Amino acid sequence: MGMDRREFIRIAGLSTLLGLGGKGAFELLAPGRVEAEIIPAPRSMKAKRWALVINQKKLDDATAQKCAAACHRVHNVPDFINPPDDKLKLNPGVANRYEIKWLWTAHFHNAFPGDAPPHLAEKVEHMSFLVLCNHCANPPCVRVCPTKATFQREDGIVMMDMHRCIGCRFCMAGCPYGSRSFNWMDPRPYVKEQYPGYPTREIGVVEKCTFCDERLAQGLQPACVEASRGAMVFGDLEDEKSQVREYLRKYFTIRRKAHLGTNPQVYYIV
Amino acid sequence: MLEKALVGTKRYYGLLAILAGLFALGFLFYLKQLNVGLGITGMGRDVSWGLYISQFTYLVGVAASAVMVVLPYYLHNYKAFGRVTILGEFLAVAAVSMCVTFVLVDMGRPDRVFNVFKYPTPGSVMFWDIIVLNGYLVLNILIGWNVLECERHSIAPPKWVKFLSYVSIPWAVSIHTVTAFLYAGLPGRGYWLTAILAPRFLSSAFAAGPALLILLCLLVRKYSKFDPGKEQIQTLAKIVTYATLINVFFFFCEVFTVFYSQLPDHMAHFQYLFVGLDGKGQLVPLMWFSIVGMTLAALFLVNPKLRKNESTLAALCGLVIITTWLDKGLGLMTGGFVPNPMEQVVEYWPTMPEAIISLGVWAMGFLILTILYKIAVSIKEEIKS
Repeated sequence: MGMDRREFIRIAGLSTLLGLGGKGAFELLAPGRVEAEIIPAPRSMKAKRWALVINQKKLDDATAQKCAAACHRVHNVPDFINPPDDKLKLNPGVANRYEIKWLWTAHFHNAFPGDAPPHLAEKVEHMSFLVLCNHCANPPCVRVCPTKATFQREDGIVMMDMHRCIGCRFCMAGCPYGSRSFNWMDPRPYVKEQYPGYPTREIGVVEKCTFCDERLAQGLQPACVEASRGAMVFGDLEDEKSQVREYLRKYFTIRRKAHLGTNPQVYYIV
Repeated sequence: MLEKALVGTKRYYGLLAILAGLFALGFLFYLKQLNVGLGITGMGRDVSWGLYISQFTYLVGVAASAVMVVLPYYLHNYKAFGRVTILGEFLAVAAVSMCVTFVLVDMGRPDRVFNVFKYPTPGSVMFWDIIVLNGYLVLNILIGWNVLECERHSIAPPKWVKFLSYVSIPWAVSIHTVTAFLYAGLPGRGYWLTAILAPRFLSSAFAAGPALLILLCLLVRKYSKFDPGKEQIQTLAKIVTYATLINVFFFFCEVFTVFYSQLPDHMAHFQYLFVGLDGKGQLVPLMWFSIVGMTLAALFLVNPKLRKNESTLAALCGLVIITTWLDKGLGLMTGGFVPNPMEQVVEYWPTMPEAIISLGVWAMGFLILTILYKIAVSIKEEIKS
């Protein structure tokens, strides 16, 4: 190599100085503006603790499916079971393994295992329960994540940073609700119609419902709530006057596996 | 000392070539996995950890078991083990290398692995596991290498090496304890949610690891001029015997609590593994073979005649390795995930690419082991002559 130690130190020293100069220049031209700033949009929805009440009495099967479809559409969730192109068709076992679910329907004994009495009311037996991430106040997934790629916001939303996630899937083992999905395959070909308002995903990261944080920031209700025709109520659990609190006062509600101490923030009126 | 790894018999080169070939094959399939995604494995949204993580778990046990030769030698001054500590430590090095590789292979985004250090999260058991595993790897390389080098020059190892040897004893216990804590603290997974998981991990490790070490000692004696020693093998055999007995005992402790309490969330996993659930139970014969075989191996090992005969001992060690592998390398992971949190039974079986990648990692480990053992054995032969 044509560089001796002296010259190396000289060049390294100079480039360090230049590097410092870069930041220094910014400080001179626009003081205090170098770091990124986060200013909430004025119309964004805020709460101390977001919670969701699902009124199963008002939710028929068709509406439940519509809610799930609305959610999956605006989040570019791929459909491995019914792909957009017949050429992409997978055998059912494989499609089930790859499936990404943010919001989906389940029977009572699957959504609330161990809670079904021997002779469950017929109506409840055939009911489609909407299940999703419970945004637990005490989330095991956040506890186990080794990179804080999944974390809890101050307003209770359990968030997912898909750019930080290393794909270890510890959170999937930690979640007692099966609410987390991993991208086992490239999801993009399986997205029916790309929705420009939300990013698509790459292979190897975990994803889930985030209570539509991107919509809340624009002052919009979560997509499922909007599609639910009043069967879902979203609001601030800490605000006595919120509709969520009004429902919790008025109706008896249950939560999924509350005995695990996760303190789920999705409430069901049955 | 590395030069010892470069010269050897044709058989040695042949073995290296086979292992390197298997590793290369596994690597090719890994490149495919990187490109296509982890979907080429049998894992899915319900059984989200499979063969990779279970091999990792099993091998942490093998690595931790080095303490079974280090502890008697350093803490109880059991001189006879001086001959085999190096074999135990180098086995640990190879095993931890495989562990780290299995974790890497299992990652969805291995390119982001350094996020674990960039955003350290002490609340996550995974964070601690990475620290203790890498620490253990460094410890065993440092200790093994320096002790061997000193032995070669017939000088006493420096004090700091002895200090590190003492450190490595609790450290070995910690790696398998922390690995058990990955599973034992998850609220929704009844099969793993038990305080006896870490003790079970340790007992099966101290059964399987020394059993493997006995087989390796017998191989070393057969194919080299270095004899690890009859007494050494017999002492290891007693360790295997009691560890296997304790492991079977711990298993029945767990079975009692689960089935006497009748807690459905805990019973369902055992039912799936041992009798099948919802008409599905592809692991049932393997699990019965595992527990019955392990119990029989323990009972046979108690018999001094069978234990002192090195042929029956070798066969029983083989049985211990296979049965503990079925329990921990296969049943532990699938059993924990089936049934899923919504009480559905979705079974798991590794795919061919997944098995080949796993085989490749094992081959890499045995390649490291062969080279390290070649060095150790050559030095021991040199000292003898």
